[in-house]
Amino acid sequence: MTSLTPHEQRIDHTDDHAAEHPDHRMFGLATFLVADAMTFAGFFAAYLTFKAVNPLLPGAIYELELPLPTLNTVLLLVSSATFHRAGLNLRRGQNERCRLWLMLTALLGLAFLASQMVEYFTLPFGLTDNLYASTFYALTGFHGLHVTLGTLMILIVWWQCRTPSGRISASNHFPLEAAELYWHFVDGIWVILFVILYLI
Amino acid sequence: MTITAPQTSAPPSVSLQPTGWLRYLSFSVDHKVIGLQYLVCGFAFYLIGGAMAGAIRTELLSPVSDFMPRDVYNQILTLHGTVMIFLWIVPVVNGAFGNYLIPFYVGARDMAYPRLNAVAFWLIPPAGLMLISSYFITGAAQSGWTAYPPLSITTPAAGQIIWILSVLLLGGSSIFGGINFIATILKLRRPGLKLMQLPMYCWAMLGTSILVVLSTPVLAGTLIMLSFDIVAHTGFFNPGLGGNVVVYQHLFWFYSHPAVYIMVLPAFGLVSEILPVHCRKPLFGYTTMVYSIMAIVGLGLVVWAHHMFTSGTPPWMRLFFTIATAFIAVPTGIKFFNWLATLWGGRISLNSAVLFSCGFIVNFVLGGITGVALAQVPFDVHVHDTYFVVAHFHYIVYGGSVFVIFASIYHWYPKVTGRMLNEHLGRLHFLLTFVGFNLCFAPQHWLGLNGMPRRVAEYDPQFALVNQISSTGALLMAISTLPFLWNVIASAFNGAIAGDNPWRALTPEWLTSSPPPVENWKGEPPLVTHPYGYGTPADEIDLNSASGSDLWRSGQ
Repeated sequence: MTSLTPHEQRIDHTDDHAAEHPDHRMFGLATFLVADAMTFAGFFAAYLTFKAVNPLLPGAIYELELPLPTLNTVLLLVSSATFHRAGLNLRRGQNERCRLWLMLTALLGLAFLASQMVEYFTLPFGLTDNLYASTFYALTGFHGLHVTLGTLMILIVWWQCRTPSGRISASNHFPLEAAELYWHFVDGIWVILFVILYLI
Repeated sequence: MTITAPQTSAPPSVSLQPTGWLRYLSFSVDHKVIGLQYLVCGFAFYLIGGAMAGAIRTELLSPVSDFMPRDVYNQILTLHGTVMIFLWIVPVVNGAFGNYLIPFYVGARDMAYPRLNAVAFWLIPPAGLMLISSYFITGAAQSGWTAYPPLSITTPAAGQIIWILSVLLLGGSSIFGGINFIATILKLRRPGLKLMQLPMYCWAMLGTSILVVLSTPVLAGTLIMLSFDIVAHTGFFNPGLGGNVVVYQHLFWFYSHPAVYIMVLPAFGLVSEILPVHCRKPLFGYTTMVYSIMAIVGLGLVVWAHHMFTSGTPPWMRLFFTIATAFIAVPTGIKFFNWLATLWGGRISLNSAVLFSCGFIVNFVLGGITGVALAQVPFDVHVHDTYFVVAHFHYIVYGGSVFVIFASIYHWYPKVTGRMLNEHLGRLHFLLTFVGFNLCFAPQHWLGLNGMPRRVAEYDPQFALVNQISSTGALLMAISTLPFLWNVIASAFNGAIAGDNPWRALTPEWLTSSPPPVENWKGEPPLVTHPYGYGTPADEIDLNSASGSDLWRSGQ
């Protein structure tokens, strides 16, 4: 079911040699996620160092509640499972069920972001109040940016696999798997973040 | 249903990819085009950064600031460092030669992710233009290439923010390139080619790319936090708001010490390609070279705090980082002696490429020795932030990396253009560069030991004479660019025809036409399992049929 326009075909014959070797896109994504993880590692290292050597200034407020972030952790962990179900269904060619699971995953992601917003607006400190407050917002904000991007990816995949012959299908499921790996990565980072920011 | 358009219906004029020289201004995905884009773009920035160096050395001719105001001096100083590191050396030793050579070395027709490759290159020109234009629009950053807070928080904000944005773009470019190199070297090798049969530059680029992927993101995160401090008035690195400047230094040097290896490891690899060809001997100690590179990668990630011995580091930290740094001298020394052993007893043709390589070996060992000295706390505390550090650093990145860039241009120019460079002009270029470089930077050791601080437009009058000697060397370095520029431009039109393999080399990029076709080789890529199998008299070699291993065995 492929149709090649003359232009595309011409490019194939000159510059693009991707068809001559196996697909290494997932390897590249995994390498990129290592780099992304190092960005978080830098933030975590900064936070832990601050905690070790910089006492909270007198009068500064830095208090976190546990219930909401615990709910957030559950939301993200469940969303990893639902994303996995979506992938299984796509590979079986059951696009409708795949889309159902994808939408559920996206909704869980949005629920996480909403709950994070609620936390932001109820906390007794703002971005510039003190060192710990700044670090808290920088870390959770950077992670929230990742969740936002991931949710957008899910919605794009959801849109593009609406028919079995669409751009994302049982025969071309790389985009879904890429988004899934990214999503699992963002979840894993959250678990570390939860432990470091809220539990320690 | 498959619709296949007939071949004849595609008129050449509708090609989406331009041909001829216009390719070099396009979003081409050909690794050879991208490699040359990196090289030419990087060289343009080298000329700009060099002009800034000229301005700095002119200012330092006299002890008072008379050539330019002090804040302009600070801006020029910051731009010089940033341009030379992020827009010249890193893109050229990694991006230019890596893109041109790595697909040849692994027997591939392109990089693993050609489009990502083009994106990585095209991030560089806008980032560079933004950085330099900030000087004319808002005033450039003034806090040096390290952008230490609180200085970077208190100097004018606009220039600093533009500096941060362009370094973030360049870091992104670097990370994309690193991912591409790792995937190409590990995943795109032609069947039958084992890792331990790869040319040494592949190993150097693998190690470098690991460093890029692990350390550059940390710099990105740090600079984002710094920009929050500047724009949103958070207090991460602002002691006035309860923050901690030393944390910035730790995070910054976690990238920027490996960055030295990002600049110099590829140079190690390139020298290891050049020397065996022109000495007609196998590279000495291939296996130890590989392990040395990987040891440098591992150790390079755990030595960063030796830049911070005067930042209130506790004694245990000083002890650890001194010892770890001293350990790096071991793998580096192994590589140094391996190059000497490669030269030893070889039938050396002392052309420009070899002269620059030997210049590299001499300069680098001097820079390496002062590096080991600087890692010792008592000595470092004495010379910290003096011209001794400036001299050491330039011996590593100019005497090391830039000499190798020139050696590589003399070595690979025939392959890229199909024409030879003029050897007399090449030797003149080497002579001027080597004398000029040592005249410029060797006296700075003395200046530093006698206490002249770096990064300041004014100094004590007693240092005037030595500074004038140093500036004379800088003038020679500037002049040395002229024969080089004339050579590369004129030889592209009038140079002697090179042929496919003028150096009678065995690595795969020479086993094709000059310049190579788009698909790198007509037909199957060659399987070169012994890329350094030199050692037999040239007239016994039939390069068209013999493989590297044949040459290796038949030799003695």
